[in-house]
Amino acid sequence: MTEKVKVRIDGEVIAATAGQTILEVARANNKYIPALCYMEGLSAVGACRLCMVEVAGAARLLPACTTPVQEGLAVATSSPQLQSYRKIALELLLVERNHVCSVCVSSGHCELQSLAQEHGVTHVRYPYNYPRLSVDTTHPRFVLDHNRCVLCSRCVRTCAEIEGAHVWDIAGRGIGSRLVSELQRPWGEATSCTSCGKCVQACPTGAMAEKGWGVEEMTKKRAVVSRLTTMREGM
Amino acid sequence: MTTSKTTPATTGLAPEAMKPAVKRLTINHVSRIEGHAKVTIKLDDAGQVTDTQFHVTQIRGFEKFTEGRPYYEMPSITSRICGICPISHLLASSKACDSIMAVRIPETAAKLRELVHMAQIVQSHALSFFYLSAPDLLLGMDFDPAKRNVAGLLAEHPDALRDGIVLRKFGQQVIERLAKERIHPSWTVPGGVNAPLDPAAREKTLEELPAAVEIVKRTIALWKNTLDGFPDEIDSFSNFPTMYCGLVGPDGSLRLYDGKLRFVGSDGEIVADQVRPDDYATYIAEATLPDSYLKAPYYRPVGLADGIYRVGPLARLNVADRCGTPAADIELAEYRQRLGVGAARRIVQSGFHYHYARLIEALYALERMQELLDDPAILSTKVRAHAGVNNLEGVGIIEAPRGTLIHHYKVDDNGAMTWANLIVATGHNNLAIGRGILQVAKRFVDGNKIQEGALNRISALVRAYDPCLSCSTHAMGTVPILLQLLGPDGEMLDELPRQ
Repeated sequence: MTEKVKVRIDGEVIAATAGQTILEVARANNKYIPALCYMEGLSAVGACRLCMVEVAGAARLLPACTTPVQEGLAVATSSPQLQSYRKIALELLLVERNHVCSVCVSSGHCELQSLAQEHGVTHVRYPYNYPRLSVDTTHPRFVLDHNRCVLCSRCVRTCAEIEGAHVWDIAGRGIGSRLVSELQRPWGEATSCTSCGKCVQACPTGAMAEKGWGVEEMTKKRAVVSRLTTMREGM
Repeated sequence: MTTSKTTPATTGLAPEAMKPAVKRLTINHVSRIEGHAKVTIKLDDAGQVTDTQFHVTQIRGFEKFTEGRPYYEMPSITSRICGICPISHLLASSKACDSIMAVRIPETAAKLRELVHMAQIVQSHALSFFYLSAPDLLLGMDFDPAKRNVAGLLAEHPDALRDGIVLRKFGQQVIERLAKERIHPSWTVPGGVNAPLDPAAREKTLEELPAAVEIVKRTIALWKNTLDGFPDEIDSFSNFPTMYCGLVGPDGSLRLYDGKLRFVGSDGEIVADQVRPDDYATYIAEATLPDSYLKAPYYRPVGLADGIYRVGPLARLNVADRCGTPAADIELAEYRQRLGVGAARRIVQSGFHYHYARLIEALYALERMQELLDDPAILSTKVRAHAGVNNLEGVGIIEAPRGTLIHHYKVDDNGAMTWANLIVATGHNNLAIGRGILQVAKRFVDGNKIQEGALNRISALVRAYDPCLSCSTHAMGTVPILLQLLGPDGEMLDELPRQ
């Protein structure tokens, strides 16, 4: 039998199930915590650091997507310090690669763009990195633009956990990390790719897109990808 | 050694300018052009003009940094070259992409693209005539430079300025109704447009069209009565023989969105006709000039020395047999009757008449909008074709407000850009502007007695072409035209920088 616990989120006492993460409990109770790498239906990795929350008694901030609730846990989802850190995280994502919304297929439908707007990122305070990155156009239906990738790994997890093909991985370390398909093969030559396109739909930015769409035209069906897990669990 | 001095924005010559002992002086900037330029005027010992150079001083490198991008992103990337007529780049780029996809876009999509283009022609021509050039044209070349601007126009010719504002607003609002955004819309896409025309937008535009037509007719009448006040400018603003280039339809009529290239000689004889966009390079070559980032296209069959040609409103009306719409054709006939010379067809030669030609084109654009909106097919919802890469090379050509605009792309099998060449209107006119500056400088600039009005005429000559220097080099930054007057030994005698 699942253990019930009581937690306090922003002062409100909420009943939860042991094993749930802070983010799951918060979202189930209409408490907003921003997140970029988290996607319902996929395992959580705590990569983007946008869902950091303050937990009473903890000496450091904790990622809500990977921290399980326990009895008596008290969480603050928003504070000036959290807002400041989240803004820094977003700015660092924006300067790391070449995010140019004005010419991006996902402009207007981009989670990074929305989060930046939501957090008042009107400019960045750090020098742009301007890396020289490639665009993989080798797949007949899809395109991968490393300039727009935030390394959230949603595509990696979607492909591995839902489609079961595990085409994608993250290679390298730190700022040199890159999304790779099938051990550095061009996407179009990846033999394990089923061309299902779920990685494209899961991508929060314009990094992965269907070919042929112009600026602002690439809308994604992220909920459909999340729903697949739910439907399979019910089978 | 020369000295320099910066003057307040509203003054003409610095006081030192009038003193012969000072070798370098600073004059207030010339504005009302789009982009950056420098003009150098060289003098002989007697202080007479011997040579001029037109330098365009910035570069952005769109052709290079788009390498590797998917071709279908090119419309949105290249439209960022310019905020004045992004529609031009969107359309030329989309046409180049259509060619790579090897699709014939739906009929309604072509009509909608032409419709938004006509709206752009109207707003851009209104901007050029009323906002940029009317201070010179309606107030006078020698009018107090402190008041020779839109504010001065408001004081002296409020009705004309109001007309200009209303006309430009109309063009901009039609663009917004069609494309959802006035600047840098994402509506025009490879294969067509991404949304059909809203019937309410059609009704609203049809409702507003007659007033816009009346404004243009009123302005043409005003200009016809004003024209004779500029005999020296007509005589010296690029008033020399050149070839002309523009798009025409199968029947030789004016085309702005789609057509084939026609070149006519200085006497009006047709030297090349119905040139397919893909074949443009057979007729147009580009030379690189020292001291300028702007290349100089020329008519390839005769070489650089003799291959100078012009594009834009003046050229289009010289190239076309007719406009093809009733009111514009009446105005065209009068324009040719009054100003044209030549045997094969009546050619209007002076660059000063770009203004007149621009107004006739604005009338044509409004009439064409009416025709397009009256066509029931304009409301069809089949507005986009989809395809992948079917050609590895594509060319798209339109007549932008300032002249012929060419986008030429090459892609690999996956659709990644491998090469791009953009030839914009101001590029085509580069040689003519340069030669025109020499002509006007010789007429108005005397090294011993430099007057602000004389230097303003050099700027006005450049403005007559309505150059978009930011387009031509895809430049960035502030917007100066820098005039430099050099003595026989190369020392700078005079400078007219933008502050």
